[in-house]
Amino acid sequence: MTLLNHKHSTIEAAIASIPHGAVIMVGGFGSPGTPFALLDELLAQGQTGLTLIKNDANEPDIGIGRLIRAGRVDRLLTSHIGLNRIAIEEMNQGRLAVEMYPQGLLAEKIRCAGAGHYGFLTDIGLDTEIAAGRREIECDGRTWAIEPAIRADIALVHADLADAYGNLVYRGTAINFNPLMAMAADRTIAQAFEIRYPGSLIPEAIHTPCAFVSQVVQVDPVTSEQGRRAHAI
Amino acid sequence: MPSDQERILARAAREVVAGQIVNLGIGLPTRLFHYLPEDMEVLIHSENGVLGCQPLASGREADLEMIDSGGAYIGTRPGASVFDSALSFAMIRRSRVDITFMGAFEVDQAGNLANWKIPGKFSPGIGGAMELAQKVDTLVVLCSHNDKHGNPKILRHCRLPLTAPRCVSRIITEKAVMQVTAAGLEVIDIAEGLEVAALRAATEAELIIDESRLGRF
Repeated sequence: MTLLNHKHSTIEAAIASIPHGAVIMVGGFGSPGTPFALLDELLAQGQTGLTLIKNDANEPDIGIGRLIRAGRVDRLLTSHIGLNRIAIEEMNQGRLAVEMYPQGLLAEKIRCAGAGHYGFLTDIGLDTEIAAGRREIECDGRTWAIEPAIRADIALVHADLADAYGNLVYRGTAINFNPLMAMAADRTIAQAFEIRYPGSLIPEAIHTPCAFVSQVVQVDPVTSEQGRRAHAI
Repeated sequence: MPSDQERILARAAREVVAGQIVNLGIGLPTRLFHYLPEDMEVLIHSENGVLGCQPLASGREADLEMIDSGGAYIGTRPGASVFDSALSFAMIRRSRVDITFMGAFEVDQAGNLANWKIPGKFSPGIGGAMELAQKVDTLVVLCSHNDKHGNPKILRHCRLPLTAPRCVSRIITEKAVMQVTAAGLEVIDIAEGLEVAALRAATEAELIIDESRLGRF
């Protein structure tokens, strides 16, 4: 176990540990909770052949939209990409493999991996076209679909507050997929607006305990993408 | 003279009961909030992880980390909570959301709903619609009665891929309010000034109409 300042990392060092071809979960529902600074560093460092797992594809010019535009993403597991016309175009041209899941199933598949399970049984989507290709079993006289969990090599998450141990607190609707993804990847890199001394966060208010977090990177709330969008309003 | 959309929304507001947890789909249903009485105690659920959201008060600065599932900046009312996406959908699958309002490409007389995909033309992904449609006890469809070419959207059988089978309780269009029953699609209200024959002509589904009990809206 490595604690304290070992987790406080520069953004360059944290992202440099991501190899080509990595499977990466990215927090966020639309913009809130998207770790824009970590994604921009990933764009700058040049890793390619990535598989991304994110609720949506952001918009063409921000977040994972920039990585998709730059041709760095081979595969995207998602729920809805309606706000990113370039991602739709790349999908239709066969340059981006897209797997679509109902949003709650995507969340639950990630939660399930984070809880250390293989998968779960559900009745969501029986008798619809998403049932094609799913294995089904009978239990207690009813039919259930088997939904395998989804894990990743890396999770990139955005928190409001962190401490140097890597405990995380999210805010508002920026919570979304972040705490689920933080638990479902082999390594989790978190960006936060503020990194405090251990002991300064309220223990009961911590959403993601530090056991699940590998590195924390401080991002400026004013100059980061989150902050720039604030000024644009 | 209200517009078609205003007529739909004003009628839809009468479906909401104080104390309910209400989910509003993207587009037209999102505007329903403005048609509810201001002092009505309801909690609006947004599947990205809020219970108790409300439109941002005019003049208030937006909090960048507070949006609804349609991407609009929102405020919250007293008693609101925020939570992660898995919990948000647990609330839906456990039927803790009482009523949801959604748009439709097609809806049929058995209560089947298609509102997420037009093969070859429109397939951005299903988002949260499938779980809401399958698990919320009361699903009210708000849509225009016909598409922009005048073709019926209220059908005998949906032709597009389904969001969920047999999930719709009620359909509200600018022409009629229709209830899905075991016997078929029953017209409860018809728009002011519209003849029954004209309603039937604009509809592909078989309609059950008892003129002696027909309401106007």
